[in-house]
Amino acid sequence: MSGGVGIRRNLARRLLRNRLAAAGGLVIVFFFLVAAFPALFTSQNPDRIDVASILRPPSAAHPLGTDDLGRDVLARVVYGARVSMKVGFVAVGIATSIGLVLGLLAGFHGGRVDAVLMRFVDIMLCFPTFFLILAAIAFLSPSIVIIMAVIGLTGWMGVARLVRAETLSLKERDFVAAARAQGAGTLRIIFRHILPNALAPILVAATLGVAGAILTESALSFLGIGVQPPTPSWGNILTVGKNYIEFAWWLSLFPGLAILVTVLGYNLLGEGIRDAADPRLKGR
Amino acid sequence: MREPVRRAFPPAIALLLLLAACGGGKPEGPAKGTAVPDVPAHGDAIVEGSIGDVSGFLSAVTSDSASHAAAGYVFNGLVRYDKDLKLEGVLAGSWEIPPDGRKITFHLRKDVKWQDGVPFTSADVMFTYRRMIDPNTPTAYGDAFKQVKRASAPDPFTFVAEYARPFAPALESWGMDILPKHLLEKYPDISKSPLNKKPVGTGPYRFVEWRAGEKVVFDANPGYFEGKPYISRVITRIIPDQATMFLELKSGGVDTMDLTPPQYARQTGTAEFRKSFNRYKYTASAFTYLGFRLSHPFFSDKRVRQAIACAADKKALVDGVLLGLGQEATGPYKPGTWAWNPNVVKYPHDPARAKALLAEAGWKRKDNGGTLVKDGRPFEFTVLTNAGNEARAKTAAILQQNLSEVGIRMRIRTVEWAAFINQFIDKRDFEAVILGWSISPDPDQYVIWHSSMTGPKELNFVGFANPEVDKLLEEGRSTFDPEKRKKAYFRIQEILAEEQPYVFLFVPDALPVVQSRFHGIRPALAGISYNFNKWYVPKALQKYRIEP
Amino acid sequence: MLLYIVRRLLWAVPILVGISLISFLMIHMAPGGPISVGTDLNPKATAETRARLEAYYGLDQPLYVQYGRWLGRMATLDFGDSFSPDGRSVAEKIRERIPITLTINVLSMGLIFLVAIPIGIYSAVRQGSLFDRVSTVFVFTGFSIPTFWLALLLMILFGVKLGWLPISGIGSLEYHSLGTMGKIADRARHLLLPVLLTGFTGLAGMSRYMRSNMLEVIRQDYVASARAKGLPEGTVVFRHAMRNALLPVITILGLSVPDLLGGSVIFETIFAIPGMGQLFYQGVMSRDYPLIMGILTIGAFLTLLGNLLADVGYALADPRIRPG
Repeated sequence: MSGGVGIRRNLARRLLRNRLAAAGGLVIVFFFLVAAFPALFTSQNPDRIDVASILRPPSAAHPLGTDDLGRDVLARVVYGARVSMKVGFVAVGIATSIGLVLGLLAGFHGGRVDAVLMRFVDIMLCFPTFFLILAAIAFLSPSIVIIMAVIGLTGWMGVARLVRAETLSLKERDFVAAARAQGAGTLRIIFRHILPNALAPILVAATLGVAGAILTESALSFLGIGVQPPTPSWGNILTVGKNYIEFAWWLSLFPGLAILVTVLGYNLLGEGIRDAADPRLKGR
Repeated sequence: MREPVRRAFPPAIALLLLLAACGGGKPEGPAKGTAVPDVPAHGDAIVEGSIGDVSGFLSAVTSDSASHAAAGYVFNGLVRYDKDLKLEGVLAGSWEIPPDGRKITFHLRKDVKWQDGVPFTSADVMFTYRRMIDPNTPTAYGDAFKQVKRASAPDPFTFVAEYARPFAPALESWGMDILPKHLLEKYPDISKSPLNKKPVGTGPYRFVEWRAGEKVVFDANPGYFEGKPYISRVITRIIPDQATMFLELKSGGVDTMDLTPPQYARQTGTAEFRKSFNRYKYTASAFTYLGFRLSHPFFSDKRVRQAIACAADKKALVDGVLLGLGQEATGPYKPGTWAWNPNVVKYPHDPARAKALLAEAGWKRKDNGGTLVKDGRPFEFTVLTNAGNEARAKTAAILQQNLSEVGIRMRIRTVEWAAFINQFIDKRDFEAVILGWSISPDPDQYVIWHSSMTGPKELNFVGFANPEVDKLLEEGRSTFDPEKRKKAYFRIQEILAEEQPYVFLFVPDALPVVQSRFHGIRPALAGISYNFNKWYVPKALQKYRIEP
Repeated sequence: MLLYIVRRLLWAVPILVGISLISFLMIHMAPGGPISVGTDLNPKATAETRARLEAYYGLDQPLYVQYGRWLGRMATLDFGDSFSPDGRSVAEKIRERIPITLTINVLSMGLIFLVAIPIGIYSAVRQGSLFDRVSTVFVFTGFSIPTFWLALLLMILFGVKLGWLPISGIGSLEYHSLGTMGKIADRARHLLLPVLLTGFTGLAGMSRYMRSNMLEVIRQDYVASARAKGLPEGTVVFRHAMRNALLPVITILGLSVPDLLGGSVIFETIFAIPGMGQLFYQGVMSRDYPLIMGILTIGAFLTLLGNLLADVGYALADPRIRPG
C-alpha cells in the first residue's frame, strides 16, 4: 500500500480516540494561543519594575504575585511562553531538518556513505547531550539564537536513525521499484513514498523533541546560562524563585507548573501519535 | 585525637532506602529561660558558610576573598586594622616613623613561634619582602613592596624598611601575611610549594585539612602568642549557593554566613529566628557603580554623564536591590570614615534635569517619546556586568528602566567573570559596565584614578585623566600627615562628583548572622570579625564536643 | 563469545578517534582559541601562563600535528591544568569527583531497574486497567517534570519542612567519627533525594519500553501455545514472556548513561554535591576550557563504556545473537 490519505485518516481517528493524547493536544493549542496573543491573557508589562511591590503574594492586582523587582509574574509567565515555544519549535526544526537530510542520505546511498554517517551518529551519541550543550554555550555566549542552534545541533541523531531505517526498508519495496521503473526521480520517490510512511515516526520524534527542548531551555535558563534576565523565561523566573522558595511560593509554583503542563502535553501527544500509528497495537 | 561528637545524634538505621527519621541536628541548648553563666570557655566549633572554594592558602599568590579569609586564620602580618580601622601591631609590637616619613622601623614581638615550633624572627620578614618583589612570585600585591628602597634586619627582632619618598600606604602594606623562611626558601615559586595547600603560619589556628569543594578545617593553636582562641575549631563549608546556605543555617548545618538583603529583610524577622541567631548590620566597605568608557563618543561629554547620574534613581536602587539595607554612594569612599567628604555635589533623581542636560549636549527626540538621536545616531549602548551576581543584575534592570524614561536605550549583557576581565575590560572593549570596588581602609586610590594607571591590566580602565586629581593623588600618598591627606582626598571627591567618570550608585550594608550560642561579638566600625579570637561559647551551650 | 567482545572493542576504536576529533574541534572553536585565559586580575601570572599554554598546545605547529599531540594526551588522560585559581591538573580534579557521581548514577540505575520493570510488566499484563492508566500518568509526569523544580520542591519538603533529610552535601560534619554502619546511614540519607530524583526521571523510558516489549512478547505464538498447554498465567508471564522482554533492558540501562550524566549537573548543583556534574557547571561558568573538555571527553568515554557493557550483557543473555 502506498502512502497517502488512507494512513493519515486512520491515524487521526485513532489519535482522537486516545483521550490523554487529545488532552495533550488541547494544552499545546492553549499555550500556542498564550504565546501568540499575550495581550489576551495579561494587560501588564512584564518588564515594568515597581520597587514598592517587591515579592507580593497573588492578589487582585497581580493574580500570580510579583517577583523580586516588583514585576507581575503572570505577565512574565505569559511572555515566557513565547520563549519556550520559539526555542522548542526552532530547535526541533533544525534537528529534524538535519536528521531528515542525513537519514535520507544514509538510507538511499547505503554502502560507505551510510557507514560513515552512522559512525558519526554513534560518535555524537556518545557525548552526554546536556554536557555538550553546556560546553558549547560556554565557548560561545548565551543568547536565544545560540541556544536554539545548539539544542538543534545536538538533537538530530534520533530522527536521522529513524529516517534511515524507514528509507532502507522502503527502498526495497515493490512500489518503489515500480515507481523507479516508471522513471520517477529520487526526489519524487522521497516525497511521494518515503516521507508519508516515515511521517508518523518523524512527527513523534518532533513532538517529543519539542518537549525535550523546552525542558532543556528551562534548565539552562535556571542555571543562568540560558535566556538572560530581564527577558522573561520560565526557567529564569524559577532561578529567582529558588532563592525565596520558602515564602514566595508563587514564584516557584506557577512557572514550574507551566513547564510541566506544556511538556506533559507534548509528551502525551507524541506518545499518542506513536500508539496510533503502531500497527502492532491495531484492533484495540 | 580530636573526636567531635554531635550531641543528640543517634545513629540511623542502616537500610539504604529507609528514611531515617532522626532530626537534622537542631542545636540542643538549655531549656528556655535557664540562666547560663556567661563565662568565656574553650571548646566548640564554628561552621561558616562560604560561596567560593579556597584556591590556595598563601595570600600573596591568591586574589579571591575566600582564600584570603582562610589564610587569615593561619597567618599574621606585621600590622592589622583594629575595631576603629586604625592600624595596630600584630607580629610587630611597635614601630617608629621619623618625621621625614621615609623609614619604618618595626620592633617585632619576641614571643612568636611558627606552628611547627621554630621561632619567628626578622629573617622571615626579610624573606617575605624579597619574595614579594621577586618576579618568580605570581602576585598581584607587589607594587607597595617595590616602593621600598632598602630593607634591612639589623637584629632578629628589628626590621627596617626605607622608602625613596614618604609613602603613606606603606604601613598598611605590611599587613601582608608573613611567610616562614625555613619552610619556603627552597621553593622559587611559592605558589607551587606544599605550603600553599598545607599552610603553616604563626596565627591563631592551625590547618587541619582541606577537602576541595567541600570544607576546610582549622584547630585552635594552643601556643598562639595573643592567647589560645576560645573556639576550638573552625570549619569552612563550601556551599556555592546562597539559598542553600541559608537553609543549612536554619537547620543547624552552618553557624554563620552573610545574608542577602531579602533574607535579612523578609526571612529572618521572626521571633523564633531571633532566638537562635543574632543578626548584624553595618556599612560594608564596598560600593557599586556604573562606569563609562570615557573615550566613547557618547560618554566623553561630561553633561551626558551628569544627565545619566540624574536619571538614575538611586533611592529606587537602594530600595529595590538592597531592600533599604544600604545607602546611596556619592563617591568612592565609605561613609563615616575620616577621608569621606559628605559635602560633594549630589545628583538626586531628576529626569527633567537629565533631559535638559541631554538636550544641551545635542540629543534630540526624534518623535514624541522615543530614543534620543544625535547626528543620526540613536542613544543606545550596552552595559556589561558579571554573571551570577543577583544584585548587579537587578541594578542593571532598574537603571535600564530609569534611562528609558529619558530616552536612552540601554541593553544589558551579563558575562562570566573570567571572560569579562580578559575579553572586555582588558581590551577596553566595552561601552559601560556595572561593577563594584571594595574600599580599603587607607584612602589612597592611586591605582584607580591616576592617569598613568591605564595600561592593559591596570585598574583605571575607564580612562580617567585629570591633572589636578593626579597631583592630589600623589600628594595624598606621599605624606603621613592626616590633615594634609584629608584635604587632598576631599578635593579629589569634589572633582570626581563634578566629573562623574562613574555614576556612584550605592554602598550596601554587610549583613552577617551568627548562631546565638556564640558570645563576645562586639560590632564596631570594622565590623564583627576583628575580635574573632575572643568569641566563645559558654560551656553549657556548646554544641560540638571537641577534646582539646 | 570472546570474538564478539573483541569485535565490539574494535568497533569502539573509530568511535574513540571520532570523539577525540570532535573534542579537538570544539577546543579550537572557543573564541580566542585555546588560550583564552581565565580569572586572575594578575598581570604576572597571565603573561607566564600564556607562554606556558602556548608551548603546551604547540600553537605554532600545523593543525594535524596539534591534533596528534591532543590524541596522545587524551590517551593518557592528560587534559592539562585547570584554568581555575588552584591550577591543579584536570585529571586530578575529575578523579576526585567521579566516584560520587558514579555512585549516584549506578544507584539510580538500580532504582530504575527495580521499579520500572515491575511497573512495565504489570501494566502490560493488565493492559487498559486502572493501574495501567495511573502508572502511565505517573511515569509521564516523571518524564515531563522539570527536574530542578522537583528537586527544589522535595528539598524544601523533606529537608526544611519535615527535617527528615539533610539539605545539601554528601556527609554530615561528624562523618569521620561515625562507625561503619553510621557512615553508611549518613551517606544514604544524603544521597537519598538525588538518587530518587534521578531515578524518577528515568522511570518513564524504561517502564514504557518494558510495557511495549511485554505486550509484543505476550502476543507471540509461543506464549499462546504455552497458555494453550494450560500452564498457569504466572508461569507464562515469568518464564517465557519476561525473559525475552528483559533483554533490551540491559541495553537501555547502558544507553541511559549520557542522560544520567547530564542530569547530574543539575542535581549536584542544587544539592551542593561535590561530583563531576557540579565541577562541570563550575567549569562552564568560569570558562575553564581544559576542565570542560576533560569532563566532556570522560563523559563520552563513560557512555561508550556503558554501550559496550550493554552490548556484551545483551550477548550474554540472548543465545540467539551469540555469533557462531
